[in-house]
Amino acid sequence: MSEWATGSVIITHNVGLHARPSVKLTKLAKGFGAVIEIAGSSDGPWIDAKSIVKVMAMKAKQDSTLHVRATGADAAAAVTALTGLVERDFDEGGHVA
Amino acid sequence: MSGNVGIVIVSHSPDVAKGAADMVRQMVGDEVPLGYCGGDPDGGLGTSVEMIMAAIETAWSDAGVAILVDLGGAETNSEMAIELMPEERRSRIVICNAPVVEGAVMAATEASGGGSLADVKRTAEELSPQ
Repeated sequence: MSEWATGSVIITHNVGLHARPSVKLTKLAKGFGAVIEIAGSSDGPWIDAKSIVKVMAMKAKQDSTLHVRATGADAAAAVTALTGLVERDFDEGGHVA
Repeated sequence: MSGNVGIVIVSHSPDVAKGAADMVRQMVGDEVPLGYCGGDPDGGLGTSVEMIMAAIETAWSDAGVAILVDLGGAETNSEMAIELMPEERRSRIVICNAPVVEGAVMAATEASGGGSLADVKRTAEELSPQ
């Protein structure tokens, strides 16, 4: 089976994974060749981080944990990049999305 | 311009069309060719084939153009606009069966990642009730 790089991060953004953060996360994910999935629980369900519709439908809330896993050549970099974006509050500094 | 699929927004209201386009620009960015139009040439609510053709021209990409429409005439006039385009372009222009504002943002997000015209259309239409 494929090897997964994994990571998790707490969503501190004041409205959680809403429209604008979802777009940013999806766009970032699309820049990697790896298969990238995210989930609200380490048990899943895992969804495709490159699907804007699925990411937005997840409605991950503030203070919840976002789990990230990836597999492929640039998997480790992808996990670092995605968790980094969430840690940086999607580079918005509490801006209402 | 990039080789990303272009997005066209067609609404009966110029304000809705511009507002949806603003959302695409602010939420997704500048890497997606974007055109929009709304209202009839006299300034009332409606859509015009000529304005839709101009919006398609603005958003044109060799990867194709996906059109988001609101109601009735927006769709039929978009179909007419496509028919009046040069033949080699017609097969690369599609109308998405999706809500105009949400569909535009979703389609543009998919387009920004280099998705194909079929990917972009499918992403916008994923929003519609199953």
